Amino acid sequence: MDISVLVKSIPDPGGDTVLGDDFLVRRAGDGTLDPGDEFAVEAALQLAEASDGEVIVITMGPEGAAAAVRRALSMGAHRAVVVTDDALRGADALATARVLAAALRHGPFDLVLAGVESTDGYTGTVPMTVAELLDLPSATFAKRLEIVDGVARIQRQTEDGYDVVECPLPAVVTLTAGATEPRYPTLKGIMGAKQKPLETLGLSDLGLTAADVAPTQRVVGVEPAPEKAAGQVVPADDTSAARIADLLADAKVL
Amino acid sequence: MSRVWVWAEVGPDGPSPAALELLTKARDLGDEVAAVALGPGATAAAAELGAHGASTVFAGDDEPFRDVLARPAAIALHGLIAEHVPDLLLFPSTYDARDVAGRVQAMTGSALMAGAVDVPAIDRARTQIAGGSLFVDVALEGPAPHLVLVRPKSFTAEPADGAVDVRTVEIAAPAEVPAARRVERHREAAAGPKLEEAKVVISGGRGLQDPANFRLLDELAAAIGDAAVGASRAVVDAGWIPYSHQVGQTGKTVKPEVYLAVGISGALQHVVGMKGAKRVVAINKDPDAPIFRLADLGIVGDALTVLPALIAEVRARTGS
Repeated sequence: MDISVLVKSIPDPGGDTVLGDDFLVRRAGDGTLDPGDEFAVEAALQLAEASDGEVIVITMGPEGAAAAVRRALSMGAHRAVVVTDDALRGADALATARVLAAALRHGPFDLVLAGVESTDGYTGTVPMTVAELLDLPSATFAKRLEIVDGVARIQRQTEDGYDVVECPLPAVVTLTAGATEPRYPTLKGIMGAKQKPLETLGLSDLGLTAADVAPTQRVVGVEPAPEKAAGQVVPADDTSAARIADLLADAKVL
Repeated sequence: MSRVWVWAEVGPDGPSPAALELLTKARDLGDEVAAVALGPGATAAAAELGAHGASTVFAGDDEPFRDVLARPAAIALHGLIAEHVPDLLLFPSTYDARDVAGRVQAMTGSALMAGAVDVPAIDRARTQIAGGSLFVDVALEGPAPHLVLVRPKSFTAEPADGAVDVRTVEIAAPAEVPAARRVERHREAAAGPKLEEAKVVISGGRGLQDPANFRLLDELAAAIGDAAVGASRAVVDAGWIPYSHQVGQTGKTVKPEVYLAVGISGALQHVVGMKGAKRVVAINKDPDAPIFRLADLGIVGDALTVLPALIAEVRARTGS
Protein backbone atom coordinates (compact mmCIF):
# COMPACT_ATOMS: atom_id res chain seq x y z
CA MET A 1 0.00 0.00 0.00
CA ASP A 2 1.12 3.54 -0.74
CA ILE A 3 1.21 5.92 2.19
CA SER A 4 1.60 9.68 2.33
CA VAL A 5 2.89 11.15 5.58
CA LEU A 6 2.29 14.78 6.48
CA VAL A 7 5.24 16.16 8.41
CA LYS A 8 6.29 19.50 9.80
CA SER A 9 9.61 21.20 10.09
CA ILE A 10 9.95 22.89 13.45
CA PRO A 11 12.68 25.18 14.74
CA ASP A 12 15.65 23.30 16.13
CA PRO A 13 14.90 23.16 19.87
CA GLY A 14 18.55 24.09 20.50
CA GLY A 15 18.52 27.05 18.09
CA ASP A 16 17.82 30.71 18.79
CA THR A 17 14.40 32.09 17.94
CA VAL A 18 13.40 35.75 17.87
CA LEU A 19 9.89 37.15 17.91
CA GLY A 20 9.70 39.82 15.18
CA ASP A 21 7.65 43.04 15.19
CA ASP A 22 5.08 41.24 13.02
CA PHE A 23 4.87 38.58 15.77
CA LEU A 24 6.29 35.91 13.47
CA VAL A 25 9.01 33.79 14.95
CA ARG A 26 12.36 34.11 13.19
CA ARG A 27 14.44 31.01 13.50
CA ALA A 28 18.14 30.46 13.14
CA GLY A 29 19.31 27.74 10.76
CA ASP A 30 17.40 24.88 9.19
CA GLY A 31 14.33 23.31 10.70
CA THR A 32 14.25 19.81 12.06
CA LEU A 33 11.66 17.04 11.64
CA ASP A 34 9.07 17.44 14.38
CA PRO A 35 9.85 14.54 16.74
CA GLY A 36 6.09 13.93 17.02
CA ASP A 37 6.01 13.11 13.29
CA GLU A 38 8.60 10.34 13.49
CA PHE A 39 6.01 7.92 14.91
CA ALA A 40 3.87 8.39 11.80
CA VAL A 41 6.87 8.02 9.49
CA GLU A 42 7.82 4.79 11.24
CA ALA A 43 4.26 3.43 11.02
CA ALA A 44 4.18 4.25 7.31
CA LEU A 45 7.50 2.53 6.69
CA GLN A 46 6.35 -0.63 8.45
CA LEU A 47 3.07 -0.79 6.55
CA ALA A 48 4.78 -0.09 3.22
CA GLU A 49 7.49 -2.68 3.86
CA ALA A 50 4.85 -5.31 4.61
CA SER A 51 2.99 -4.58 1.38
CA ASP A 52 5.74 -3.53 -1.03
CA GLY A 53 4.35 -0.01 -1.15
CA GLU A 54 5.78 3.49 -1.25
CA VAL A 55 6.06 6.16 1.42
CA ILE A 56 5.87 9.80 0.35
CA VAL A 57 6.53 12.54 2.89
CA ILE A 58 4.89 15.89 2.33
CA THR A 59 5.62 19.14 4.11
CA MET A 60 4.88 22.83 3.80
CA GLY A 61 7.32 25.37 5.11
CA PRO A 62 10.24 27.64 4.38
CA GLU A 63 13.12 26.34 2.25
CA GLY A 64 14.88 25.04 5.35
CA ALA A 65 11.96 22.63 5.78
CA ALA A 66 13.67 20.33 3.29
CA ALA A 67 15.91 19.24 6.17
CA ALA A 68 12.87 17.74 7.90
CA VAL A 69 11.85 15.61 4.94
CA ARG A 70 15.46 14.58 4.39
CA ARG A 71 15.39 13.03 7.83
CA ALA A 72 12.28 11.04 6.84
CA LEU A 73 13.97 10.01 3.58
CA SER A 74 17.01 8.81 5.51
CA MET A 75 14.70 6.73 7.72
CA GLY A 76 13.50 5.02 4.53
CA ALA A 77 10.74 7.07 2.90
CA HIS A 78 10.86 6.84 -0.89
CA ARG A 79 10.30 10.41 -1.97
CA ALA A 80 9.36 13.81 -0.67
CA VAL A 81 7.34 16.86 -1.61
CA VAL A 82 8.15 20.27 -0.12
CA VAL A 83 5.68 23.09 -0.71
CA THR A 84 7.33 26.42 -0.20
CA ASP A 85 6.18 29.87 -1.29
CA ASP A 86 6.62 33.44 -0.07
CA ALA A 87 2.85 33.76 0.10
CA LEU A 88 2.83 31.07 2.80
CA ARG A 89 4.74 33.10 5.36
CA GLY A 90 2.58 33.22 8.47
CA ALA A 91 0.13 30.67 7.01
CA ASP A 92 -2.52 29.57 9.50
CA ALA A 93 -4.08 26.15 10.06
CA LEU A 94 -6.62 26.53 7.24
CA ALA A 95 -4.02 27.63 4.69
CA THR A 96 -1.78 24.76 5.76
CA ALA A 97 -4.60 22.26 5.36
CA ARG A 98 -5.51 23.61 1.91
CA VAL A 99 -1.91 23.32 0.74
CA LEU A 100 -1.45 19.81 2.12
CA ALA A 101 -4.77 18.66 0.65
CA ALA A 102 -3.76 20.05 -2.74
CA ALA A 103 -0.39 18.29 -2.53
CA LEU A 104 -2.11 15.02 -1.64
CA ARG A 105 -4.37 15.33 -4.69
CA HIS A 106 -1.21 15.08 -6.82
CA GLY A 107 -0.46 11.48 -6.03
CA PRO A 108 -2.44 8.32 -5.34
CA PHE A 109 -2.38 6.99 -1.81
CA ASP A 110 -4.17 4.35 0.24
CA LEU A 111 -3.56 6.02 3.57
CA VAL A 112 -2.46 9.41 4.92
CA LEU A 113 -0.64 9.47 8.24
CA ALA A 114 0.29 12.41 10.48
CA GLY A 115 1.22 13.19 14.07
CA VAL A 116 -1.59 14.36 16.34
CA GLU A 117 -0.25 17.89 16.60
CA SER A 118 2.93 19.82 16.03
CA THR A 119 5.40 20.27 18.83
CA ASP A 120 5.64 24.03 18.20
CA GLY A 121 2.04 24.97 17.41
CA TYR A 122 -0.20 22.38 19.10
CA THR A 123 -3.28 23.27 17.03
CA GLY A 124 -4.02 19.62 16.36
CA THR A 125 -6.79 20.10 13.80
CA VAL A 126 -4.95 20.25 10.46
CA PRO A 127 -5.18 16.51 9.61
CA MET A 128 -8.97 16.54 10.07
CA THR A 129 -9.32 19.66 7.96
CA VAL A 130 -7.27 17.92 5.28
CA ALA A 131 -9.51 14.85 5.55
CA GLU A 132 -12.64 16.96 5.11
CA LEU A 133 -11.17 18.84 2.14
CA LEU A 134 -10.44 15.47 0.51
CA ASP A 135 -13.81 13.99 1.57
CA LEU A 136 -12.08 11.19 3.48
CA PRO A 137 -12.81 9.47 6.78
CA SER A 138 -10.36 10.05 9.59
CA ALA A 139 -9.31 8.39 12.81
CA THR A 140 -7.30 10.38 15.29
CA PHE A 141 -5.11 9.82 18.36
CA ALA A 142 -4.15 6.29 17.36
CA LYS A 143 -1.76 4.67 19.79
CA ARG A 144 -1.83 1.52 17.64
CA LEU A 145 -2.59 1.05 13.99
CA GLU A 146 -2.94 -2.11 11.96
CA ILE A 147 -4.50 -2.83 8.59
CA VAL A 148 -6.83 -5.83 8.66
CA ASP A 149 -8.61 -6.88 5.46
CA GLY A 150 -8.25 -3.44 3.94
CA VAL A 151 -9.63 -1.67 7.01
CA ALA A 152 -7.58 0.44 9.40
CA ARG A 153 -8.03 -0.89 12.94
CA ILE A 154 -6.95 1.61 15.55
CA GLN A 155 -6.62 1.87 19.29
CA ARG A 156 -7.74 5.44 19.80
CA GLN A 157 -6.61 7.18 22.95
CA THR A 158 -9.46 8.48 25.13
CA GLU A 159 -9.46 10.50 28.33
CA ASP A 160 -9.83 7.34 30.44
CA GLY A 161 -8.59 4.48 28.30
CA TYR A 162 -8.92 3.67 24.62
CA ASP A 163 -11.51 2.82 22.00
CA VAL A 164 -11.05 0.35 19.18
CA VAL A 165 -11.97 2.16 15.98
CA GLU A 166 -12.39 0.74 12.49
CA CYS A 167 -11.96 3.00 9.52
CA PRO A 168 -12.41 2.26 5.81
CA LEU A 169 -9.58 3.24 3.45
CA PRO A 170 -8.43 5.56 2.05
CA ALA A 171 -8.37 7.58 5.24
CA VAL A 172 -6.39 10.07 7.30
CA VAL A 173 -5.00 8.66 10.56
CA THR A 174 -3.08 10.55 13.23
CA LEU A 175 -0.66 8.75 15.53
CA THR A 176 0.29 9.65 19.08
CA ALA A 177 3.83 9.79 20.38
CA GLY A 178 4.85 6.30 21.41
CA ALA A 179 2.60 4.59 18.83
CA THR A 180 5.72 3.14 17.19
CA GLU A 181 9.42 3.08 17.93
CA PRO A 182 10.96 5.30 15.26
CA ARG A 183 14.13 3.86 13.75
CA TYR A 184 17.35 5.81 13.63
CA PRO A 185 18.59 6.55 10.12
CA THR A 186 21.54 4.36 9.22
CA LEU A 187 24.62 5.80 7.53
CA LYS A 188 23.50 4.01 4.37
CA GLY A 189 20.08 5.57 4.76
CA ILE A 190 21.53 9.05 5.19
CA MET A 191 23.75 8.68 2.11
CA GLY A 192 20.91 7.13 0.09
CA ALA A 193 18.50 9.93 1.02
CA LYS A 194 20.50 12.38 -1.08
CA GLN A 195 19.65 10.39 -4.22
CA LYS A 196 15.94 10.17 -3.52
CA PRO A 197 13.48 12.39 -5.40
CA LEU A 198 12.64 15.60 -3.55
CA GLU A 199 10.13 17.72 -5.38
CA THR A 200 9.78 21.41 -4.49
CA LEU A 201 6.45 22.98 -5.41
CA GLY A 202 5.06 26.49 -5.22
CA LEU A 203 1.45 27.53 -4.73
CA SER A 204 0.77 27.85 -8.45
CA ASP A 205 2.02 24.29 -9.02
CA LEU A 206 -0.83 23.19 -6.77
CA GLY A 207 -3.40 25.35 -8.52
CA LEU A 208 -3.70 27.62 -5.49
CA THR A 209 -3.51 31.40 -5.29
CA ALA A 210 -2.39 33.75 -2.53
CA ALA A 211 -6.07 34.41 -1.79
CA ASP A 212 -6.59 30.71 -0.97
CA VAL A 213 -3.98 30.92 1.77
CA ALA A 214 -4.62 34.42 3.12
CA PRO A 215 -4.55 34.18 6.92
CA THR A 216 -7.87 34.46 8.77
CA GLN A 217 -6.16 35.21 12.03
CA ARG A 218 -3.61 37.78 13.06
CA VAL A 219 -1.59 38.25 16.21
CA VAL A 220 -2.44 41.70 17.55
CA GLY A 221 -0.64 41.73 20.84
CA VAL A 222 1.83 39.93 23.05
CA GLU A 223 2.21 40.69 26.72
CA PRO A 224 4.00 39.01 29.58
CA ALA A 225 1.83 36.93 31.89
CA PRO A 226 1.91 38.06 35.52
CA GLU A 227 5.00 36.56 37.09
CA LYS A 228 4.57 34.29 40.00
CA ALA A 229 6.44 35.41 43.12
CA ALA A 230 9.65 33.44 43.44
CA GLY A 231 9.39 30.53 45.85
CA GLN A 232 11.99 28.92 48.02
CA VAL A 233 14.35 26.52 46.31
CA VAL A 234 16.55 24.66 48.77
CA PRO A 235 18.85 21.64 48.71
CA ALA A 236 17.33 18.39 50.01
CA ASP A 237 18.16 17.64 53.61
CA ASP A 238 16.62 16.05 56.72
CA THR A 239 14.00 18.78 56.94
CA SER A 240 12.70 18.41 53.34
CA ALA A 241 9.86 16.01 54.22
CA ALA A 242 8.67 18.21 57.09
CA ARG A 243 8.77 21.34 54.93
CA ILE A 244 6.63 19.72 52.24
CA ALA A 245 4.23 18.36 54.89
CA ASP A 246 4.01 21.87 56.42
CA LEU A 247 3.03 23.26 53.03
CA LEU A 248 0.38 20.55 52.63
CA ALA A 249 -0.98 21.33 56.09
CA ASP A 250 -0.96 25.06 55.32
CA ALA A 251 -3.00 24.33 52.17
CA LYS A 252 -5.44 22.37 54.39
CA VAL A 253 -5.05 19.15 52.44
CA LEU A 254 -3.62 17.10 55.30
CA MET B 1 -26.74 41.21 17.72
CA SER B 2 -24.12 38.63 18.31
CA ARG B 3 -24.69 34.91 18.34
CA VAL B 4 -22.37 32.74 20.38
CA TRP B 5 -22.68 28.97 20.29
CA VAL B 6 -21.13 26.31 22.47
CA TRP B 7 -20.25 22.80 21.31
CA ALA B 8 -21.56 20.88 24.33
CA GLU B 9 -20.39 17.32 24.89
CA VAL B 10 -22.88 15.17 26.73
CA GLY B 11 -22.77 11.76 28.35
CA PRO B 12 -24.93 9.55 30.51
CA ASP B 13 -24.19 11.84 33.49
CA GLY B 14 -25.26 15.02 31.69
CA PRO B 15 -23.28 17.78 30.03
CA SER B 16 -19.49 17.85 30.40
CA PRO B 17 -18.08 20.38 32.88
CA ALA B 18 -16.42 22.15 29.94
CA ALA B 19 -19.81 22.76 28.28
CA LEU B 20 -21.03 24.63 31.36
CA GLU B 21 -17.76 26.61 31.63
CA LEU B 22 -18.05 27.70 28.00
CA LEU B 23 -21.74 28.62 28.31
CA THR B 24 -20.92 30.79 31.31
CA LYS B 25 -18.40 32.69 29.18
CA ALA B 26 -20.73 32.75 26.16
CA ARG B 27 -23.30 34.71 28.22
CA ASP B 28 -20.77 37.56 28.52
CA LEU B 29 -20.04 37.55 24.81
CA GLY B 30 -23.31 36.99 23.01
CA ASP B 31 -26.80 38.47 22.95
CA GLU B 32 -28.02 35.09 21.84
CA VAL B 33 -26.45 31.95 23.28
CA ALA B 34 -27.12 28.45 21.98
CA ALA B 35 -25.64 25.03 22.64
CA VAL B 36 -25.21 22.21 20.16
CA ALA B 37 -25.29 18.80 21.85
CA LEU B 38 -25.09 15.72 19.66
CA GLY B 39 -25.13 12.20 21.06
CA PRO B 40 -27.31 10.03 23.30
CA GLY B 41 -28.26 12.08 26.37
CA ALA B 42 -28.40 15.37 24.47
CA THR B 43 -32.09 16.10 24.98
CA ALA B 44 -31.89 15.14 28.65
CA ALA B 45 -28.98 17.59 29.07
CA ALA B 46 -30.88 20.52 27.57
CA ALA B 47 -32.31 21.77 30.88
CA GLU B 48 -28.89 22.04 32.50
CA LEU B 49 -27.39 23.67 29.42
CA GLY B 50 -30.29 26.11 29.54
CA ALA B 51 -29.70 26.81 33.22
CA HIS B 52 -26.16 27.87 32.27
CA GLY B 53 -27.33 30.27 29.63
CA ALA B 54 -28.32 28.47 26.43
CA SER B 55 -31.64 29.84 25.21
CA THR B 56 -31.68 27.26 22.44
CA VAL B 57 -30.28 23.75 22.53
CA PHE B 58 -29.84 21.93 19.25
CA ALA B 59 -30.02 18.36 20.52
CA GLY B 60 -29.50 15.10 18.66
CA ASP B 61 -29.75 11.80 20.51
CA ASP B 62 -28.92 9.52 17.59
CA GLU B 63 -26.24 6.90 18.25
CA PRO B 64 -24.09 7.67 15.18
CA PHE B 65 -23.24 11.01 16.80
CA ARG B 66 -21.51 9.01 19.53
CA ASP B 67 -20.27 5.94 17.70
CA VAL B 68 -19.07 7.37 14.39
CA LEU B 69 -16.04 9.65 14.59
CA ALA B 70 -16.48 13.33 13.73
CA ARG B 71 -18.20 13.17 10.37
CA PRO B 72 -21.92 12.98 11.32
CA ALA B 73 -21.40 15.66 13.98
CA ALA B 74 -19.49 17.93 11.60
CA ILE B 75 -22.10 17.56 8.86
CA ALA B 76 -24.97 18.29 11.26
CA LEU B 77 -23.12 21.22 12.84
CA HIS B 78 -22.29 22.69 9.47
CA GLY B 79 -25.96 22.47 8.49
CA LEU B 80 -26.91 24.45 11.60
CA ILE B 81 -24.16 27.01 10.96
CA ALA B 82 -25.34 27.55 7.40
CA GLU B 83 -28.90 28.08 8.61
CA HIS B 84 -28.29 30.32 11.65
CA VAL B 85 -24.83 31.85 11.03
CA PRO B 86 -23.44 32.20 14.56
CA ASP B 87 -20.57 34.67 15.02
CA LEU B 88 -18.52 32.54 17.35
CA LEU B 89 -18.44 28.85 18.18
CA LEU B 90 -16.67 27.72 21.34
CA PHE B 91 -15.39 24.15 21.59
CA PRO B 92 -13.77 22.28 24.50
CA SER B 93 -10.24 21.01 23.84
CA THR B 94 -11.23 17.34 23.76
CA TYR B 95 -10.19 14.85 21.09
CA ASP B 96 -13.68 14.57 19.66
CA ALA B 97 -14.23 18.33 19.61
CA ARG B 98 -10.90 18.93 17.87
CA ASP B 99 -11.91 16.49 15.15
CA VAL B 100 -15.28 18.18 14.64
CA ALA B 101 -13.81 21.70 14.66
CA GLY B 102 -11.11 20.77 12.15
CA ARG B 103 -13.69 19.34 9.77
CA VAL B 104 -16.06 22.27 10.16
CA GLN B 105 -13.21 24.65 9.34
CA ALA B 106 -12.79 22.95 5.98
CA MET B 107 -16.50 23.51 5.27
CA THR B 108 -16.76 27.13 6.42
CA GLY B 109 -13.27 28.50 5.69
CA SER B 110 -13.37 30.14 9.11
CA ALA B 111 -10.54 31.11 11.43
CA LEU B 112 -9.74 28.42 13.99
CA MET B 113 -7.85 29.09 17.17
CA ALA B 114 -6.79 26.25 19.45
CA GLY B 115 -5.48 26.32 23.01
CA ALA B 116 -7.35 29.50 23.96
CA VAL B 117 -7.26 30.46 27.64
CA ASP B 118 -9.59 33.42 27.23
CA VAL B 119 -12.02 34.83 24.68
CA PRO B 120 -12.08 38.60 25.25
CA ALA B 121 -14.54 39.33 22.40
CA ILE B 122 -16.38 37.51 19.63
CA ASP B 123 -13.47 38.21 17.27
CA ARG B 124 -10.61 37.78 19.75
CA ALA B 125 -8.92 34.86 21.43
CA ARG B 126 -6.04 34.77 23.87
CA THR B 127 -3.53 31.98 24.22
CA GLN B 128 -0.30 31.45 26.09
CA ILE B 129 3.12 30.57 24.72
CA ALA B 130 6.64 30.08 26.01
CA GLY B 131 5.70 28.01 29.04
CA GLY B 132 2.83 30.32 29.89
CA SER B 133 5.12 33.34 30.27
CA LEU B 134 3.51 35.27 27.39
CA PHE B 135 -0.09 36.00 26.49
CA VAL B 136 -0.77 36.22 22.77
CA ASP B 137 -3.91 37.98 21.53
CA VAL B 138 -5.21 36.91 18.16
CA ALA B 139 -7.76 38.73 16.01
CA LEU B 140 -10.11 36.33 14.24
CA GLU B 141 -11.18 37.34 10.74
CA GLY B 142 -12.79 35.76 7.71
CA PRO B 143 -16.15 34.02 7.36
CA ALA B 144 -18.39 33.33 10.38
CA PRO B 145 -18.29 31.59 12.71
CA HIS B 146 -14.91 31.99 14.37
CA LEU B 147 -13.97 28.60 15.80
CA VAL B 148 -12.19 28.64 19.14
CA LEU B 149 -11.01 25.60 21.09
CA VAL B 150 -10.76 26.57 24.75
CA ARG B 151 -8.52 24.91 27.31
CA PRO B 152 -10.32 23.19 30.21
CA LYS B 153 -10.99 25.25 33.35
CA SER B 154 -10.35 28.55 31.61
CA PHE B 155 -13.68 29.77 33.00
CA THR B 156 -15.67 28.91 36.11
CA ALA B 157 -19.13 27.47 35.45
CA GLU B 158 -21.99 29.38 37.07
CA PRO B 159 -25.72 29.01 36.48
CA ALA B 160 -27.42 31.99 34.86
CA ASP B 161 -29.54 34.31 37.00
CA GLY B 162 -33.28 33.82 36.89
CA ALA B 163 -35.36 31.32 35.02
CA VAL B 164 -34.19 30.49 31.52
CA ASP B 165 -36.65 29.32 28.96
CA VAL B 166 -34.92 26.67 26.87
CA ARG B 167 -36.04 25.85 23.40
CA THR B 168 -34.91 22.40 22.26
CA VAL B 169 -34.52 21.77 18.56
CA GLU B 170 -34.24 18.13 17.56
CA ILE B 171 -31.37 17.25 15.21
CA ALA B 172 -31.26 13.94 13.34
CA ALA B 173 -28.07 12.18 12.26
CA PRO B 174 -27.22 12.84 8.61
CA ALA B 175 -27.13 10.15 5.93
CA GLU B 176 -24.23 7.74 6.31
CA VAL B 177 -20.83 8.59 4.78
CA PRO B 178 -17.59 6.54 4.90
CA ALA B 179 -16.29 7.12 8.41
CA ALA B 180 -14.42 5.61 11.31
CA ARG B 181 -16.57 3.81 13.85
CA ARG B 182 -15.98 2.92 17.50
CA VAL B 183 -16.39 -0.84 17.89
CA GLU B 184 -15.02 -1.38 21.42
CA ARG B 185 -14.43 0.76 24.50
CA HIS B 186 -11.79 0.09 27.12
CA ARG B 187 -11.73 2.00 30.40
CA GLU B 188 -8.66 1.97 32.58
CA ALA B 189 -9.85 1.59 36.15
CA ALA B 190 -8.29 4.11 38.52
CA ALA B 191 -8.40 4.03 42.31
CA GLY B 192 -9.00 7.18 44.33
CA PRO B 193 -10.23 10.59 43.17
CA LYS B 194 -10.09 11.71 39.54
CA LEU B 195 -7.02 13.62 38.45
CA GLU B 196 -9.04 16.73 37.56
CA GLU B 197 -10.93 16.73 40.85
CA ALA B 198 -8.31 15.78 43.46
CA LYS B 199 -7.14 18.47 45.90
CA VAL B 200 -3.58 17.24 45.56
CA VAL B 201 -1.93 15.99 42.38
CA ILE B 202 1.38 14.15 42.61
CA SER B 203 3.04 13.76 39.23
CA GLY B 204 6.10 11.77 38.36
CA GLY B 205 8.62 12.11 35.55
CA ARG B 206 11.90 10.68 34.34
CA GLY B 207 13.55 11.58 37.63
CA LEU B 208 11.79 8.59 39.18
CA GLN B 209 14.28 6.53 37.18
CA ASP B 210 12.17 3.38 37.02
CA PRO B 211 8.48 2.72 36.38
CA ALA B 212 8.31 0.68 39.57
CA ASN B 213 8.98 3.82 41.58
CA PHE B 214 5.54 5.19 40.69
CA ARG B 215 4.49 2.97 43.61
CA LEU B 216 5.94 5.65 45.90
CA LEU B 217 3.60 8.25 44.40
CA ASP B 218 0.64 5.90 44.90
CA GLU B 219 1.64 5.42 48.55
CA LEU B 220 1.96 9.16 49.10
CA ALA B 221 -1.40 9.79 47.44
CA ALA B 222 -3.04 7.15 49.65
CA ALA B 223 -1.47 8.70 52.76
CA ILE B 224 -2.71 12.19 51.85
CA GLY B 225 -6.20 10.97 50.96
CA ASP B 226 -7.74 13.36 48.44
CA ALA B 227 -4.83 12.98 46.03
CA ALA B 228 -4.32 11.57 42.53
CA VAL B 229 -1.24 10.50 40.61
CA GLY B 230 -0.25 12.25 37.38
CA ALA B 231 2.68 11.94 35.02
CA SER B 232 4.77 13.80 32.49
CA ARG B 233 4.49 13.07 28.79
CA ALA B 234 8.00 11.62 28.76
CA VAL B 235 7.11 8.71 31.03
CA VAL B 236 3.72 8.14 29.39
CA ASP B 237 5.40 7.95 25.96
CA ALA B 238 7.94 5.56 27.46
CA GLY B 239 5.06 3.33 28.59
CA TRP B 240 5.71 3.66 32.34
CA ILE B 241 2.13 4.63 33.14
CA PRO B 242 -1.10 4.82 31.08
CA TYR B 243 -1.89 7.95 29.12
CA SER B 244 -4.92 8.67 31.32
CA HIS B 245 -2.46 9.96 33.94
CA GLN B 246 -0.76 12.47 31.65
CA VAL B 247 -0.87 16.10 32.73
CA GLY B 248 -0.09 18.72 30.11
CA GLN B 249 -0.89 20.11 26.71
CA THR B 250 -1.83 16.74 25.25
CA GLY B 251 -3.09 15.38 28.54
CA LYS B 252 -5.23 16.67 31.37
CA THR B 253 -5.43 20.15 32.82
CA VAL B 254 -5.45 20.21 36.61
CA LYS B 255 -5.92 23.02 39.12
CA PRO B 256 -5.39 21.40 42.51
CA GLU B 257 -4.68 23.08 45.84
CA VAL B 258 -1.20 21.57 45.77
CA TYR B 259 0.73 20.13 42.84
CA LEU B 260 3.78 18.01 43.56
CA ALA B 261 6.11 17.62 40.59
CA VAL B 262 8.48 14.75 41.29
CA GLY B 263 11.41 14.31 38.93
CA ILE B 264 9.75 16.49 36.29
CA SER B 265 11.86 19.09 34.51
CA GLY B 266 8.92 21.34 33.63
CA ALA B 267 8.78 21.38 29.84
CA LEU B 268 6.23 23.77 28.33
CA GLN B 269 4.18 20.72 27.31
CA HIS B 270 3.72 19.80 30.96
CA VAL B 271 3.51 23.25 32.51
CA VAL B 272 0.40 24.34 30.60
CA GLY B 273 -1.51 21.50 32.23
CA MET B 274 -0.65 22.40 35.83
CA LYS B 275 0.22 26.07 36.08
CA GLY B 276 -3.21 26.82 37.49
CA ALA B 277 -2.34 24.92 40.70
CA LYS B 278 -2.62 27.08 43.82
CA ARG B 279 0.74 25.86 45.19
CA VAL B 280 3.51 23.96 43.53
CA VAL B 281 6.13 21.78 45.16
CA ALA B 282 8.96 20.48 42.97
CA ILE B 283 11.55 17.85 43.70
CA ASN B 284 14.33 17.57 41.13
CA LYS B 285 18.03 16.81 41.05
CA ASP B 286 18.75 19.56 38.51
CA PRO B 287 18.82 22.99 40.20
CA ASP B 288 18.27 24.62 36.78
CA ALA B 289 15.08 22.65 35.99
CA PRO B 290 12.44 25.11 34.72
CA ILE B 291 9.86 23.62 37.11
CA PHE B 292 11.60 25.45 39.97
CA ARG B 293 10.57 28.80 38.48
CA LEU B 294 6.94 27.84 39.20
CA ALA B 295 7.58 26.26 42.56
CA ASP B 296 6.50 27.74 45.88
CA LEU B 297 8.80 25.19 47.43
CA GLY B 298 11.59 23.55 45.47
CA ILE B 299 13.71 20.72 46.82
CA VAL B 300 16.93 20.13 44.90
CA GLY B 301 17.76 16.49 45.41
CA ASP B 302 16.95 12.89 44.67
CA ALA B 303 13.21 12.20 44.72
CA LEU B 304 13.89 8.60 45.70
CA THR B 305 15.40 9.82 48.98
CA VAL B 306 12.85 12.55 49.70
CA LEU B 307 9.71 10.52 48.89
CA PRO B 308 10.04 7.75 51.51
CA ALA B 309 10.71 10.36 54.20
CA LEU B 310 7.71 12.40 53.02
CA ILE B 311 5.43 9.35 53.04
CA ALA B 312 6.51 8.57 56.63
CA GLU B 313 6.00 12.21 57.66
CA VAL B 314 2.50 12.41 56.15
CA ARG B 315 1.51 9.07 57.70
CA ALA B 316 2.75 10.26 61.09
CA ARG B 317 0.70 13.47 60.82
CA THR B 318 -2.50 11.91 59.52
CA GLY B 319 -2.27 8.67 61.42
CA SER B 320 -2.89 6.79 58.18
